[in-house]
Amino acid sequence: MTYPLELTVNGVRRQLLVRPGRTLLELLRDDLKLFGVRETCSMGVCGACTVLVDGTLVSSCIMLALQAKGKEVLTIEGLAKGGVLHPVQEAFIQEGGSQCGWCTPGMVLTAVQLLEENPHPTVEEIKAYMSGNLCRCTGYVKIIQAIQAAAQRMAGAG
Amino acid sequence: MRDFEYLEATSLKQACTWLADYGGEAKLLAGGNALVILMKERFISPSYIIDIKGLKELDYLRYDPQEGLHIGALTTHRSLERSPLVREHYPVLASLEQRVANVRVRNTGTLGGNLSQAEPQSDPPALLLGLEASVTVVSARGERRIPLREFFVDYYETALQPDEVLTEVQVPPLPPNTASLYYKFTTRSEEAKPCVGVAVILTLEDGRSICQDLRLGLGAVAPTPMRATQAEAMLRGQPPEPELIQQVAQRASQEVQPTSDLYGSAWYKREIVKVLVRRGITQCLQELQGRL
Repeated sequence: MTYPLELTVNGVRRQLLVRPGRTLLELLRDDLKLFGVRETCSMGVCGACTVLVDGTLVSSCIMLALQAKGKEVLTIEGLAKGGVLHPVQEAFIQEGGSQCGWCTPGMVLTAVQLLEENPHPTVEEIKAYMSGNLCRCTGYVKIIQAIQAAAQRMAGAG
Repeated sequence: MRDFEYLEATSLKQACTWLADYGGEAKLLAGGNALVILMKERFISPSYIIDIKGLKELDYLRYDPQEGLHIGALTTHRSLERSPLVREHYPVLASLEQRVANVRVRNTGTLGGNLSQAEPQSDPPALLLGLEASVTVVSARGERRIPLREFFVDYYETALQPDEVLTEVQVPPLPPNTASLYYKFTTRSEEAKPCVGVAVILTLEDGRSICQDLRLGLGAVAPTPMRATQAEAMLRGQPPEPELIQQVAQRASQEVQPTSDLYGSAWYKREIVKVLVRRGITQCLQELQGRL
């Protein structure tokens, strides 16, 4: 049994037929070959599957694809515009906020949303907002520094 | 996940009709944080999923000085966390909601869904039980109101019948001379589920020297959220002296029924309850008496 599903992904309108139990992660990764989302904890805890749906951070591994009907999905692949990296992406590179890279798409998207809502977060506010994104490599210090650097960069430009 | 029929409700009435038709074979989908995990792990395999996220009429927050707070069942944790209304009238609830899970769960998860799941390791039920909230549930058979103390039946079990939809949560107004707080005590990481949750709502008489009411909502220390009713009774009508507060805390730690699990041993959880109840009453007292 399949259902027609229409949604926008990284600005591109998509029409697919999906089984009802297909998750948004499976659709993005397996159907659309967007590998920035990873099935990791499978329960929405670790944040490696984070995407933005209509501007809202969600765990794509526990969202049915059908729940994204008619919505706009942004993955890490859609963040840079015309080859120009987002300041958060630049900051992660400059500050070394990534090692193996597994958690990085989720970290970056969440940081982007954090700075959208709170352009000048304190360290405590960064930690609280980012608490749902787990990293096994970095120990988080450089991730926090990257977000602070991005905040400064974006404040300077604004 | 096994296949199922996916239905999108365009009205509450339609959702109720479907639930009546399909009985125990149908489950409601709102945020999906609880449901989709259970389905992925094959704990449940409903034949019908009724998506009610589109019912905007169930997403609202209203305050009335006589009735208190009316929370539509589809209100997200994030809405509650950030609502000026909640921050003004029930700051303890706003700060609790800020600590629920992580930002993604708060974005999509609903209060109605949270209560319906009745997971013991959860924050909102303990506080709402202390605040003496009730819920409205609706079905094709009609509507009824259930006080939260009757709503939670057992682990993951509520008074909801298979054909019912939880539509609203009501939180009564706080009496004058009341201070309230909630401790989410975690033994794992910041965003993890609580090891122990302690809500303290303390009301003093007008002179601010006698306890008029004490409500202790305790979470994750029993099959359901619970009130430490014996402990509460010890303080009512009494001057809240430190020694009595300690005894109240001791009694509360005896009333809970924690299990030993990955969050901590049963002994440990009782000790934490004792500490947090004492600390919470003391802090509420300082707040109330400092206001003088």
